[in-house]
Amino acid sequence: MPHKSFNKGVLAFAVASAMSLSSFAYADVVIGVAGPMTGGNAAFGEQLWRGAEQAVADINAAGGINGEKIKLVKADDACEPKQAVAVANRLVDSDKAVAVVGHFCSSSTMPASEVYDEAGIISITPASTNPQVTERGLTGEFRMCGRDDQQGVVAGDYIVDTLKAKKVAVIHDKDTYGQGLADATKMELNKRGVKEVLYEGLTRGEKDFNALVTKIRSTGAEVVYFGGLHAEAGPLVRQMREQGVTAKFVSGDGIVTDEFVGTAGGAQYAKGVLMTFGADPRQIPDGKAVIEKFRANGYEPEGYTLYSYASIQTIAAAFAGAKSTEGAKASAWLKANPVSTVMGKKEFDAKGDLKVSDYVMYEWDDAGKYKQL
Amino acid sequence: MDGIFLQQMINGLTLGSVYGLIAIGYTMVYGIIGMINFAHGEVYMVSAYLAAIAIAVLGFFGVHSFPLVILGTLIFTIVVTGVYGFAIERIAYKPLRNSTRLAPLISAIGMSLILQNYVQLSQGARQQGIPTMLEGSLRLHVGEGFVMITYTKLFIIAAAIAGMLALTFIIQRTRLGRMCRATQQDRKMAQILGINTDRVISYVFVIGASMGALAGVLITLNYGTFDFYAGFIIGIKAFTAAVLGGIGSLPGAMLGGLILGVAEAQFSGMVNTDYKDVFSFSLLVLILIFRPQGLLGRPQVTKV
Repeated sequence: MPHKSFNKGVLAFAVASAMSLSSFAYADVVIGVAGPMTGGNAAFGEQLWRGAEQAVADINAAGGINGEKIKLVKADDACEPKQAVAVANRLVDSDKAVAVVGHFCSSSTMPASEVYDEAGIISITPASTNPQVTERGLTGEFRMCGRDDQQGVVAGDYIVDTLKAKKVAVIHDKDTYGQGLADATKMELNKRGVKEVLYEGLTRGEKDFNALVTKIRSTGAEVVYFGGLHAEAGPLVRQMREQGVTAKFVSGDGIVTDEFVGTAGGAQYAKGVLMTFGADPRQIPDGKAVIEKFRANGYEPEGYTLYSYASIQTIAAAFAGAKSTEGAKASAWLKANPVSTVMGKKEFDAKGDLKVSDYVMYEWDDAGKYKQL
Repeated sequence: MDGIFLQQMINGLTLGSVYGLIAIGYTMVYGIIGMINFAHGEVYMVSAYLAAIAIAVLGFFGVHSFPLVILGTLIFTIVVTGVYGFAIERIAYKPLRNSTRLAPLISAIGMSLILQNYVQLSQGARQQGIPTMLEGSLRLHVGEGFVMITYTKLFIIAAAIAGMLALTFIIQRTRLGRMCRATQQDRKMAQILGINTDRVISYVFVIGASMGALAGVLITLNYGTFDFYAGFIIGIKAFTAAVLGGIGSLPGAMLGGLILGVAEAQFSGMVNTDYKDVFSFSLLVLILIFRPQGLLGRPQVTKV
């Protein structure tokens, strides 16, 4: 008996060492792409993945980073904070990722970025706009997009200056991103002397907001501001129109996907909806060749696709510039040097935020497309 | 203010009748084999996909008149979802009929995960949407304000009532219904008297799934959007409705659904949307404290 179990022990040891050897054998630069690959927000996960994939193909074709090829690993957090921490640990421990592009939802990015910071690797979120993402003193955390306190100011000013609304209902989805954005807008509205007539949260995953819509109607709001994602924004705007609420619907970058029209039941409901989003990266001349490549493959690089592409470029530039994949060195290099990306030249401040943000207002038209105003 | 109150009643009643239809699936299965079929929310979700597929296929063949599309969609969805209900029972519950009470419960949770992932993999994880089928609404002036009811909502309430009446008829007046009631009262005795209880249980699953399918078609028409995870929240709510009304009781399921729907709507209207779920679950706790068997449930008599 003892002899037999000794054999098993040897076997187990052999297997274990073989497994650890195989991970040492990696010569590639492994970069994780983390976001909601499944779940209600999978459309955004796809944008991140498509952008990163194209960027890696282009960089590898041009010789890789310091002569090494980039290898991407997909990680799915389904916009669930718990799952985000689990996949972050997996990326760090078993995939040996040296950088991460992600996550999407702010509520996922925040806990996951702590895992990356502890492991000493850099992470760039293409899409998480909650201010707290870069306010926690993490060395390796960057973002390619603006912040909700900037976005909320643009939305709040637009509501006061252009829409000239006196009665504004502020609705959010009780999530880190949605509520944070709604709060930022509310703060700007209050600063400009407009007190919201309603401030309430709905539940993510539900589809029936009729009761809330009736309440909005009873307040006589002229503008409804919604902080949240398209899965809830669509049914909300549809139910408003079905109950005869004609108030202008304004939201943020959480509804920047063609799926918004589908969730709203068609362009006749999505029409006229406003949203804030970074100036369309597709308009920036630097990205023209890349955008053509996406279109040649039958994919329209909408929403955060180019942000994700630019995140990979930034990581590659940092590793090449710092001549190391070590998080601390790459991070220091990024904070000191500008990076030229598909979205133009980008500079980061000491917190890891972009030095210049460029939020503008977009409107959905009756063909189900959005245009910059 | 009257208009607002009335509008919230209508909001609550449409939502509640859908809860009720799904709650029937929970309550019937519990009544007959004493287990909670946690996969029932997913059965509803599958039916939402089937409904969208049926609408798309009918549209492809040039069928655009609303009554025809709805009829076709309902028949297709109810039949195929019924098959799902039958298959789920055969695969996941029947082999566990005589094991501990916990085994089928775990099996149900597993089944629910399997269905979720199956739909996610086969249909993709994106939000699905269907175009609006029935446009327009009824506008009534009430006092100072007005009430707006879309034709889709009127259709939902009518269809839910029709579904309930049909079900009541089946249970009260037909041979199949008699067999169901006999099996519910005493499965062993029913078996001795020559009822094929296994088959009756299968029928119950099919009927429950069909009611879920009816709800799936109605919800898909009304909200126009769903994803593979859509069954979870609504399944929990419907289960709550079933417990509230008295699990095992058919009128209880419908009543529970309506109470839950109206309570949610009125609470969000008068107090706060953030806390509407807190309110409805507190209501459930209160009712269970004073009537542990639910509103219309029969108290469990333990024989010594």
